[in-house]
Order: sequence, then structure tokens, then C-alpha cells
Amino acid sequence: MTGAPLPLASQPSGMRAWLLSPEPHSRWQARLGRFYLGWRAFSRNPLAVIGLGIVLLLILVAIFADVIAPYSPVAGGDLRTQRLLPPSEAYWFGTDDQARDIFSRVIHGSRITLFVVVLVALIAMPIGLLVGTVSGYLGGWVDTVLMRITDIFLAFPRLILALAFVAALGPGIENAIIAIAITSWPPYARIARAETLMIRNSDFIAAVKLQGASTPRIILGHVVPLCLSSLIVRVTLDMAGIILTAAGLGFLGLGAQPPMPEWGAMVATGRNYLIDQWWVAAMPGIAIFVVSLGFNLLGDGLRDVLDPKAAK
Amino acid sequence: MLDIQNLNVVFGTGRLRVEAVKNVSFHVEQGAAYGLVGESGSGKSTVLRAICGLAPITSGRVSVDGNAVTTPRGKAFYRTVQMVFQDPYASLHPRHTVDRTLSEPLAIHGEKDAEARILQALKEVGLGPSFRFRYPHQLSGGQRQRIAIARALILRPKVLLLDEPTSALDASVQAEILNLLDDLRRRLGLTYILVSHDLAVVAHLCERLLVMQHGEAVEETTAAALRSGAASNDYTQSLIQASQGFTRVAPQPAQAPAA
Repeated sequence: MTGAPLPLASQPSGMRAWLLSPEPHSRWQARLGRFYLGWRAFSRNPLAVIGLGIVLLLILVAIFADVIAPYSPVAGGDLRTQRLLPPSEAYWFGTDDQARDIFSRVIHGSRITLFVVVLVALIAMPIGLLVGTVSGYLGGWVDTVLMRITDIFLAFPRLILALAFVAALGPGIENAIIAIAITSWPPYARIARAETLMIRNSDFIAAVKLQGASTPRIILGHVVPLCLSSLIVRVTLDMAGIILTAAGLGFLGLGAQPPMPEWGAMVATGRNYLIDQWWVAAMPGIAIFVVSLGFNLLGDGLRDVLDPKAAK
Repeated sequence: MLDIQNLNVVFGTGRLRVEAVKNVSFHVEQGAAYGLVGESGSGKSTVLRAICGLAPITSGRVSVDGNAVTTPRGKAFYRTVQMVFQDPYASLHPRHTVDRTLSEPLAIHGEKDAEARILQALKEVGLGPSFRFRYPHQLSGGQRQRIAIARALILRPKVLLLDEPTSALDASVQAEILNLLDDLRRRLGLTYILVSHDLAVVAHLCERLLVMQHGEAVEETTAAALRSGAASNDYTQSLIQASQGFTRVAPQPAQAPAA
């Protein structure tokens, strides 16, 4: 055990030299070296690291929810003796009006939150990126048409459109996700378009044009990678808003349906007992707060690393 | 190899109408180096951009190897004509390694044996294989311009359009790049069209040149005539004078001791 620290201490320096080598020997070394430089800039910001820690914790908790949660998130205990118990050793976050363990429900709720966040990002980001880069790169009437469509979507108040959507398609977490995704892509399209307008006339795009590259190839291979970083930052910063919108829809009874342990819906049921049994609403509320804060901190840190205008 | 007849390039319409190139004609033989000289805004770069399709040909004829070019240019055109840009800091994709930059043209044209071709291209411009996986920010200006030249040459074009290839570089690197270009032309039998405001650069690299002013061709002359200072046109004379730098009027210091 005493011999262990020495090789460990010398290994990182060898690793670092390899990562920071000015003459990488392979595609992977070049890519990892770049990634390492980004990580070094990122880790200099302690708040950003805390944000990353919170997001990683959310992911781990969501993956291992079955192992971590001591009770079932759906089935309650004895309704005569175990309703609305305060936090204790047996029930860390207390129990709710159905005699369910709130800790287990919050743990399982992380899955729903992560599901919402990942799906919205997976739907909204590609749409925004594609609309923005195509519109910015092609210009002309394509730009006009796509941007007016974007304007129309931007003009809808997000929560109201989501409400209308859910009302039309019926309540449920999937419909809530679609509704949120549909209302969150226009800002991404705007950002991607602005970035594209900046680079479309640059020499390196002209150079690849002169090599005979097709328009899709230029957009996907040369324009999109440069728009991606500022978009990732924006999406990460928007995550908090997405979580809050999903929770808001759940609170209004239009998102996740009972007995799903969705945090917003949990806050809604806790509303009835707010004065006497504060933990019913407070525990999921704290979870929403912590995760939103985590995404905000992470987004701020990523902006420092990825934003090309801030880069040295 | 390259024939330009009565080329006109007009940007915009109405009050914004700008005639960037007016009725310019010239002819370049296979294996020759042809210079386009003039001050900023004389339309010399626009001629290059019109040849390769980055600027519109409003009227006139551009033919490469006897065939008139089509708009948009086909893949065969891009295999024959390639361009090197002025600013090596702007002409390489900031997120692509040298390897990616050089393999892109090969991928577009479905060339095989990319590995060997990339190493060969690096060798041709005097860079070792150690440069292959670097990002542009890990390269100096001269190295970047060498990569840009390698990228232009990797498809084995016959004509290279050079848009002030050395004006963004400092003097010693300028000489290196010019010698490299001269050497490559001899070895690969390339045809060059060089745009520059620097008469010394043009005289070094080209045999014949065209002087342009306000979008019009002023005079076609040879590098030898330029070096000897013989020019029939006033504007060309003034360019030659300007290239010799500022000269103090002689009499003043001579008068000082007498007074």
C-alpha cells in the first residue's frame, strides 16, 4: 500500500505530457488532448465542478434508483399508521398522504426528470441546429421562410402552448415532453443561424466549397461543429427551465399522471398539507431546486470553456 | 491552359451596383506563372474568385483547358483548379486537425489510399508526419500556409490560384513560401495565377503579369521589363516607384554644409 502512491503520482505527469503533446501521433491523442485542455479550464471553476457533480449524481441516482430506494415509490404502507409521518430514521424524507416513502419517490422521480431533460434535448437541439444552420447557410428565401416559422413558434408563450398541446393530445409525460420540445427549439435555431452567418463567408468554408463539397457536407461537417459549442451551453442553461416547465405541468396535473413519482406532481399533492406537513412539498421542491441549480452552474462553466468568443 | 475573354463581374443592382471587374482578358499557357497586380480594390482578387466560382461571371468567357466553365462548377473543375487563400489564419477550419483538413478533399472525390496521400502531401510542402494530427492553433503562420498549399495540391490540380499567398506572413517566412511555390511549380508542372500588390513577389514568381486599376486591365507586361523599370503606362510606373519605397529628395542634405 505504501508503494502505491509513487507510481500513481508519476503516472499522471506522463499522461499529461502525452495529452498535451504538441505532436499527437493519432486522431485520438489529438482529440483527447483537446478534451483535456477543456477539462483543465473547466475544473478551474469550482462552482462548475459542483454543477457537474450534481448532474452526475442525478444520473447515478436515476440509474441505481431500484438499489437506493428503500421502499416502493408507488405502493404505500399502512394508511392508518404511516400517513404523513415526519422525517425519521425509517423514512428519511417522511411519508405522504398515501403512506408512501417520500425519499423513495424523490429517488425514482430523478428518472422521470432525467428522461424529460434528455428527450427534450434530443428533440429540440437537432431541430434548432438544423433549421438554424440551413437557414443561415443558404440564405435567401429559405432563410426568410424558416425564420418566419421560427418567429411564429417564438411568439407563443411556452407554458400556454404546452398547455394547449397537452389539452389536445391528452395529459401524460410523453405529451408534456413533446410540448416542451416544440416550444424550446426556436431560440436554438436563432443562435445556430447567428453563428452560421458569422462563418459562412470565412475562407475555410470557401476552401471546402472549392474542393467540390456538397452543401449538406459543408453544413454537417464544417458549419455544425462550430455552432455546437454555443448551443450546448445554451441547452444546458435551459435545462433548469425545462425541468421547471415539466414540474409545472405536473403540478397542474397535465404532465406525469399518478401514481408516477414526478416531482412537480408531488409538490402539488403536498400543497394541501403545506402548513402542518411541510416535508411533503418541500422534499421534492428541494430536489427540483438542486437539480436546476446544478444544470445552471454546469452551463456557466461550459460557457467559459466552449464559447469561442471567450476562448483565449 | 486558362483563357479569360472580356470578363465582367458586377455585384448588386441599382444604386448598390458595383462593377468590380471591367472587360478583362488574358491568356495563361500551361506551366506558366501569371501575375495580377494592382492596388487594393483594383479587382484582382475578384478575377480569381470569378474563375473558381466564388464570384459571379456577369459576362465574358472563362475557359480552362479549352473548355468553358459551367456554373455551378463541376467536380472535374475542382480537380483541375485549386486556390490558396491570403490569410492562413482564416483558411483552415479551427476545429479540424491537419489530418481532417487534408483528408476532406480526398473523401469528397472518393480517392483511395488517403493515408499515403496525406503523408505525401505533407512531405511535398516540407512538413513531417509529426504535423499530421495538430490543430491549426498549434501551427505557426508559415506552417498553416504550407498546410493550405498541401490541401490545394492533394487533388493534383493543374492550375493553382494564389490570392496574395504571402502577404499575411513576415518577410523571412514569405521567402520560404515563395521558394516552396516556385519549386512545386517546376516539379509538378503547375500553372499559377498569382494575385499580389507586391511587385517584388510577382517579379520573383511570374514571367508575365497584368496590371489592374479600378477593375480594368491597364497594361500587360513581363517580369523582366518590370525589373528593369521599363513600363509604358503611367500607373505601372507609379507602382514601380512605390515599390522602391520612400526616397528623400536628394538636394537638401547636400546644401546643408554649404549654408
